[in-house]
Amino acid sequence: MKLYSTDHEWIEVVDGIATVGITQHAQDQLGDIVYVELPEIGRSVTQGESVATVESTKSVSDIYSPAAGEVTEINDSPVADPSQLNSDPEGAAWLYRLSGVSDADLEGLMDAAAYETFCN
Amino acid sequence: MSASADAAVESGEVAALVHTPLHAWHLARGARMGAFAGYDMPIRYEPGTIAEHHHTRTSASLFDVSHMGVAELHADDDTFHTVAEALELFVPCDVDLLPPGRQRYTQMLNAKGGIIDDLMISRSRDQPNMLTIVSNAGRKAIVFEHLRQHLPAGTRLIQRPEVALVALQGPLAETALVRVARSDGDTLTAMRFMDVATVHLVGVQVGISRSGYSGEDGFEIAIPSDDVLTVVGALTAQPEVKPAGLGARDTLRLEAGLCLYGNDIDETTSPIEAGLAWSIQKRRRSDLGFPGATRIAAELSDGAAQRLVGLSPVGKAPVREHAPLYADATSDRVIGHVTSGGFSPTLGRPIACGYVDPDVVANDEGIIYAEVRGSRLAVAITSLPFVPHTYKR
Repeated sequence: MKLYSTDHEWIEVVDGIATVGITQHAQDQLGDIVYVELPEIGRSVTQGESVATVESTKSVSDIYSPAAGEVTEINDSPVADPSQLNSDPEGAAWLYRLSGVSDADLEGLMDAAAYETFCN
Repeated sequence: MSASADAAVESGEVAALVHTPLHAWHLARGARMGAFAGYDMPIRYEPGTIAEHHHTRTSASLFDVSHMGVAELHADDDTFHTVAEALELFVPCDVDLLPPGRQRYTQMLNAKGGIIDDLMISRSRDQPNMLTIVSNAGRKAIVFEHLRQHLPAGTRLIQRPEVALVALQGPLAETALVRVARSDGDTLTAMRFMDVATVHLVGVQVGISRSGYSGEDGFEIAIPSDDVLTVVGALTAQPEVKPAGLGARDTLRLEAGLCLYGNDIDETTSPIEAGLAWSIQKRRRSDLGFPGATRIAAELSDGAAQRLVGLSPVGKAPVREHAPLYADATSDRVIGHVTSGGFSPTLGRPIACGYVDPDVVANDEGIIYAEVRGSRLAVAITSLPFVPHTYKR
């Protein structure tokens, strides 16, 4: 199940590995995304730490990790074609994967219904 | 996620923004609005900034620029010479030489030769003894107050807030506009870059100039506010024309190497530093009867302390305003700074411009470094514009 942060990131844990990305709402607010910078594999990140950068035509946005963990994988696909973050931010254009995510970090996040209410 | 500079994201937090006469029209077309110079303006429509940008370069886009300031300068003796002489006290261009039916780009200067604002001045054939002045939205209050305080006796400034301004920009702007203008179409096709004329569009008398700020051929149209919906409706009914927002206006003008007030030019930068020496005609270089003439003359003969240049980042990361520039990857000596930067939709890569020390540029092989998020990124010094202008000369 996807969970959502107040900073408009999503996280989904499957078999102990968490996948992180930006939400549909986030991409809609940003407009055309033209550049993505992702963390190094192996980096340990804390919850709420700025770990990536997404740039639209007009703005530079920090991406805050919705949970602590170690970066095990990054997605080169939106780096090569940042417009994928506009077309499929919650699918093919995920940003990075984390291992060692604690349940405690996930408890403070929103489910889809709560996130939708938060955005409106 | 937190956006540092997205006006659209911030718009909900800004109260008491001014609306242009097209505000409801923008909302009805799903525009994403944002605060700009105290106005609630369309930043982008549904297709998005990049699509709007490409549409402008390949077809025609309609921009609402009604937030800009419009005023007229008249003389009590009703001669153009008196009007021209008065305005020449503020600007370094040759106003007196401006023929009826033409406009000119110039700058209002302060006593130190810094730019209070950049302006378009127009002289119409219908009323050749007065000038129309268009200033930037964020500067109009300052510009018009400055003129009012310092204009010589025998002249008067009349602000025209009831005039709405739209820009129709792109290679098919003429095709669309001629179709709307019907019998006045011949007047439009005869116009060259920086010509001005009065025509009728769907029964409404409008002032038109063949200019804009996209680098494309196009027109700026001054319309009485009460009639703006009629005219804009007729223009956007043309198959070539789609509305575009301020986001695309900014990416277009940066590709075209056109200065943005507050970014690339301000009260400290001179027209010479900004590469605008072409807008100072010969007579003014010898009469020197404008503010800051001592500095301008010295810069014209000896060179300026800094020069605005194009910057092409070597990598994929955009380099944006305020980024410091260095001669190499390690030294601490700042040699300039970026004033505008972003992504070029036409070139598919980042572009920027900024001020650099001219001595460094002259001695360098063309690669300098911008600091972005603590890293030094290589950028190539490039001539402006990035995308050639396609004005109808």
